[in-house]
Amino acid sequence: MSKTINIAVHHLTRVEGHGNIAVNVQSGKIEKCEWQVPEAPRFFEAMVRGRHYSEVARITSRICGICSIGHTLASLKATEAALGIQVTPQTFQLRELMKHAENFDSHVLHVYFLAAPDLLGAPSVFPLVQTHGEVVARALRLKRIAHEWGSLIAGRTTHPTKAVPGGFASLPTVKELEELRAKLLAAVPDLEATLATVKALAGAIPAFDRPTEYMALHSQKGYALYDGEIQTVLPDGDKKSYKVADYRKCTNEYMTSASTAKFTKNRLASYAAGALARFNNNHEQLLPEAKKAAAALGLKAICTNPYMNTVAQVVEIVQSFHESLAIVEALIKAGIKDEPLAQPTRFSKGAGATEVPRGILFHEYEYDKDGMCRSGNCIIPTNQNHANIQKDFEALVPKLLKEGADEKKMELSLEMLVRAYDPCISCSTHFLDVTFVR
Amino acid sequence: MAKPKVAFFDFACCEGCQIEFTNYGDAAFLELIKHVDVVEFREAMSEKTAAPIDIAFIEGSFTREADRPRLEEIRRRAKVVIAYGQCATTAGINALKNHAPDYKACVYGRDAQMPHLDSQKAVGVDRVIKVDYYAWGCPVNKYEVLQIVAHLLHGKEPVIPNYPVCVECKRREAICRYDVGDYCLGQTARAGCGAPCPADGIPCEACRGFVDKPNQEALLKVLSKRAGMPKGWAEAKSRMFTANQRGDAS
Repeated sequence: MSKTINIAVHHLTRVEGHGNIAVNVQSGKIEKCEWQVPEAPRFFEAMVRGRHYSEVARITSRICGICSIGHTLASLKATEAALGIQVTPQTFQLRELMKHAENFDSHVLHVYFLAAPDLLGAPSVFPLVQTHGEVVARALRLKRIAHEWGSLIAGRTTHPTKAVPGGFASLPTVKELEELRAKLLAAVPDLEATLATVKALAGAIPAFDRPTEYMALHSQKGYALYDGEIQTVLPDGDKKSYKVADYRKCTNEYMTSASTAKFTKNRLASYAAGALARFNNNHEQLLPEAKKAAAALGLKAICTNPYMNTVAQVVEIVQSFHESLAIVEALIKAGIKDEPLAQPTRFSKGAGATEVPRGILFHEYEYDKDGMCRSGNCIIPTNQNHANIQKDFEALVPKLLKEGADEKKMELSLEMLVRAYDPCISCSTHFLDVTFVR
Repeated sequence: MAKPKVAFFDFACCEGCQIEFTNYGDAAFLELIKHVDVVEFREAMSEKTAAPIDIAFIEGSFTREADRPRLEEIRRRAKVVIAYGQCATTAGINALKNHAPDYKACVYGRDAQMPHLDSQKAVGVDRVIKVDYYAWGCPVNKYEVLQIVAHLLHGKEPVIPNYPVCVECKRREAICRYDVGDYCLGQTARAGCGAPCPADGIPCEACRGFVDKPNQEALLKVLSKRAGMPKGWAEAKSRMFTANQRGDAS
């Protein structure tokens, strides 16, 4: 083969944060094949030191604008574990509800605004306003519902106000929950139309399988999002569990000479986190409506095609919608109780985990006797996916070369692959700078 | 008249202020893009341009020399530059690391000296280029942003508050945090958000920064005496979002 390919995507578009793709093929030989991250590091673990426990989640929510609800919750859970705080069942339910709102919101954003333009052959959602006006309007309606739903419980969806250590600083009223229920029910046609749109586009999703390890929270109670223990599943179905407090044992952050970004690994050379990882671990626990959506969209466990992460997100949109309706019903039925915040019973060290749209998120803090933070550690899903994206590149580029793909096709395939992971690079407090050579 | 060309650019930040741009809902968003032409917005679109732009929204802080040329290029192309969100205005939360000289070692351990980890003190983008307007807040108040854009489209000067959050808090009849035994920075914090935090039952953390000429001594006194905050905490309190606006900014 005498093929020469030079791909140098600087600051990949339609992803959160800054990433580069670099592929050099000389005379058919792959000389370079890298997913690079030049995001400016922001040093959050240094920022939380010396801050009071009531301030820590407010600081770490600022790690990410899209998953700030998830960062708030992981942070609160870690702080509560460290301070021996037990939250009430009502707090637990409300937090589940805000977690669902975030995943629904973020998945709608990703499926419609970031991923769909590739499948429709458009550079962004803006030209689609002319060509697919109703689809864009529908996306914005769903986005708005998610925003109002999250805001009702969290105060704000970008950097929540109401969720605090020990509970909620203010609570929704039953009337507000009834209004939310009405809004959700009114969105059913838009939800059905979403499934139809994605089904029509699913044929454009590239076929590419690379079996890997999948990590997600798992709970006996149902499809885990807000809470659970760590579980990983291998392509052959072999599952292994870990306690959240032992998260370092299954994340194993390390440096590599091939890239300067921190990678993670567990049982295999890399693992994946995110909607597909959750689906592969917990698909049996999906509600019937979500199972039906998965079947309609051709998503079957264990799915090893990373491009199908976007489809798994659609299945989760359905799951979050119906699960939230049930939570809202239960809260309306039980009535909202005005509960005081649960107070600290000790000051020590603790870890918390929750599922954010892009995968499993870990926070850990240590507090001194005055409740001031001594140290913090955050392991973010995009960092955990980083090695997996790199390994996907290493498998996909030779495959595309063999299929005779030209530079343009290869570039789009790699861009779409990264977008399928829905990376959230600003999240990555550990990402390092990479010199970019063309 | 051709629609004004608007572009979004991001530096060190969480991109949450860009996300706020997608939270207007269908009616307001579709109306807004009838009046402006969004030509560049990396988080949401692949289109790029080297052409002049009318309004550039810059999100994120300046934290490393490598970003200077990109900022200068944006300034060269843009008629109006808006520092969009607290990271761009004063470096907001990013500046919290500025007083901790060991921040690199704290996060990266023995890898801290690697050259690509270059990160200086976080500052607002106006330390590098001229900024015409400031959309304060972490996140921005998306309705204030609409106001700013609407004013600019009509050739008017945007009105951006320079009075404390307490004004808006009283106006919406929220309970004063000090009256429930809490603390608050509302008395020196810049208004314009509508005081959502005290209304939601948490203190104002001054995420829009200080008003011009805040009385920092009085703030310290109120935090210590009225809220009973321990000395060290009271002194460090306003570092969270206003580290670069404090008298001891490094």
